[in-house]
Formats: sequence, C-alpha cells, structure tokens
Amino acid sequence: MEAADLERAINQVAAKLAPGATGASDLRRLSGGASQETWSILANTPSGDVPLILRRRPDSPTGSGNAVPLATEAALIRAAAARGAPVPTVPYVFEEADGVGEAYVMGKVEGETLGSRIVRNDAFAAIRPKLAAQCGAVLAQIHAIPLEGLPEVAHSSALVELEKYEAVYRACGAERPIIEAALVHLKRHAPALERQTLVHGDFRNGNLMIHPEDGLRAVLDWELAHLGDPAEDLGWICVNSWRFGNHAKPVGGFGDYSQLLDAYEAAGGTPIALERVKYWQMLGSMKWGIMCMTMYLSFANGADPSVERAMIGRRTSETEIDLITLLEAVA
Amino acid sequence: MIEQPTALELVDAVIGFIETRAAPQLKDRDVFLARVAVNALLTLRREIEHGAAAEASATARLQDLMGEEGDFASLNTALCQAIREGTIDITAPALLAHMRASIIDQVQIDQPNYSGLKAALAGG
Repeated sequence: MEAADLERAINQVAAKLAPGATGASDLRRLSGGASQETWSILANTPSGDVPLILRRRPDSPTGSGNAVPLATEAALIRAAAARGAPVPTVPYVFEEADGVGEAYVMGKVEGETLGSRIVRNDAFAAIRPKLAAQCGAVLAQIHAIPLEGLPEVAHSSALVELEKYEAVYRACGAERPIIEAALVHLKRHAPALERQTLVHGDFRNGNLMIHPEDGLRAVLDWELAHLGDPAEDLGWICVNSWRFGNHAKPVGGFGDYSQLLDAYEAAGGTPIALERVKYWQMLGSMKWGIMCMTMYLSFANGADPSVERAMIGRRTSETEIDLITLLEAVA
Repeated sequence: MIEQPTALELVDAVIGFIETRAAPQLKDRDVFLARVAVNALLTLRREIEHGAAAEASATARLQDLMGEEGDFASLNTALCQAIREGTIDITAPALLAHMRASIIDQVQIDQPNYSGLKAALAGG
C-alpha cells in the first residue's frame, strides 16, 4: 500500500484518533521490519497537532511466525494500561472496512529505546540506578493482568520454548557444542510451570521507552506476548546481549538482580527465586544465539542478501561465551 | 605463499577504499551497511591471522577429549553427538575447558570488544 493511499484511508477515521481531530497528516515511515511497519502521523485538532504512531502489518508479511495479531497486541496494551502499567495509549484499532489492513494507532511517548544510549549516555546517569526497580515493579503489574477476557494467545513453558528453539537449531544444521550443552542443562533443570501469567515475551532494552527524568515511560512491542512462566520476563532483561557492554549490571546493563526482584515483590508480584531468573537468563542467551543463526540463514538462503544479515551470524558466538560462563557457574 | 600483496594487504586496501572513498558518498541505511561491511572485513582480517591456529588448538583438544584421531569437523560432530546422547557429562572440567578455550578464540575473531569476552577472560 502506498503512503498516500494509507494517509487517505487514515483520514477517513481521523475523528477517532484524537478528541476533536478533523484530519490526519504528515505520515512518515519510521521503520519497517519484515513483520511490522511503524509510521508517525499527526492528528490535526483545533488545539494543535497530536503526534501518533501507527503500527501496521505489511501487505505481505514475512518473518516471525510467533507474532500475535495486531488487534491482540492492542488489546493487551489496553489491559496493561488498566492495570496501571506504563504503556502507550491506544486510541484506535483499525477495522477491516477501514481499508488500512491490520493496524492500530498509539500515542507517541517521549524517550529513548536504544540500549547503548540508556546504558552509557550522561543524560541517563541520574535515572539509571532506578531503572531496575522500575522494571521489577512494572513486570509485577503486567503479570497481575487478569487472564479472563484477554484475547487468545499462545501458551508456553521452559520445555515448550526449548523444544521450539531446538527444532530451529537442528534445522540450521549447525554443530555447536555449547548450544548442545546448554540444551542438555536447560532440559534437565526446566522448572515446572507452577503459576501461569501473561508474559510480555520481549521485555528488554530496545522495547522499553526510557525518559532521562522519570525513567520507564512505556513498555512497547507486545507482539511476542503469551501465557507462561513470569520468570521468563525477568530472565530475558538480564541476558548479557541487552546490557550493551555494561556486563557488571545484569539487569539491562543498568541494575542489579536484587533491585529487580525486591521491587517486583514490593509491587505485589509473587516472589520469584533468583535461581529461576538465572535459568531463564540462560535460556534467553541460547534463544538469542539461535535467533542470530536464523537471521544468518535468511542471508544464506538468499532471502536477504545484505552484509548485515551475513554478519549477524557471527554474533551467535557472543551468546555462546555467555552460555559457557553460565554453565561453568552451575557445573 | 602468495605475497605482494598478501591477503591482509588486500583486505586493508578494501577497508581503506570503503572508509575514505565509498562511505562518504552513501546515505541513510547504506552508511550503516558500509560500517557493517568494514566490520566484516576486520573480522576476516582477524580470521586470516588467527583462524588456523585456533582450529589447530581446538582439534588437539578434541583429540584428547574424544580419545581418537580425526579432523576438526568430524571430532566436533562426534562431540556434539556425545553431548546430545549424554555419553559425555556436560559438567566435566575437560569438556568445559575445551568449550571455553574454543569460544574465547572464536569471539576474539568475531567480536573482540564483546563484554562477555572480557568477563570470560577475567573468570579464568
């Protein structure tokens, strides 16, 4: 769909995007993944323009088959908002008759998502020590979202994740002893799913809108949300790949395990043992390593011949060096 | 055997071309991709310098570990199978030492600035 056609179609529903809006303008493409497009647009109201973000499924999407439908994503964001979690507003979810395809509009939130800046830039120096606790408190809110009334999402557990990623790894045809050892360890120690909650599924630097003054302003990118072990979200943000060089601060490169876990509990989250978080951290490192392998495969099979896709294959070794450190710690 | 230029000199010439001639002419995503291309060549440079030695050390460790002769690929395949089938204990110090030494050598080629490499080296 051309940008001009898209803007025209959005204009038809402008009144629903912001109170008093009479039109929509300045549609601009921000990024386009294979499975998701992001656009910025202004809703024009008598009191001024309101900046909004449009999330849209491309006309012929490729990529992650795990993503939930955008209408589900929007419903989950609204459910999180009802629980008090920081998320963007979702003024409108497009319907089929709107002719825009699968899409929704959300409020624009000011801040930074790039982990390298959040972890290193002086602008974030004052807020950094508070971020791990904020993440813990917000995860407690997300995990307290009532499951009744939520749209259908996938169910998962450590064993389900292992089965899924082992199959992907085997399909790559690679022979990597550290991945093999991690699979053996993780299968042997897979925790039973005692308590199932909504899991964000991709809670890490890159998907967290952080403001220099007040920190975590919005949790974005709900496309991998599912029902599962709440410890999965706490472990994922501790994966070294999201620490952007600050290895000494396990939580996102900005905080400590105790800050994350204490705040989680203080905000009403059912206590989670550190050991369980570290289990999911190890599973997360392995998962990211296998995801890098599949991105390399899209180069190898010609689907995306860019040098960037080729080089990402050389990042699996990063996760393996983290895995060997973790495996030695529990051996 | 082949010199004037050596493989490393050729790689350096291409890196120089991208950085001084090509990259300044590029826009948007291509600027990023040019940087990735230079990183790829720097990786290739490190692999030319250290790859063969890393593989020779890994092969020697694998021969000890598996108690058999063979090249890197066949021994590595046998090791993966042994781990998978549980015939080698994943907590065995000799196995962990082999995997640690191999991955340190590889990350020194792939991503020498990665924080996890420094952590692994500091951990002994």
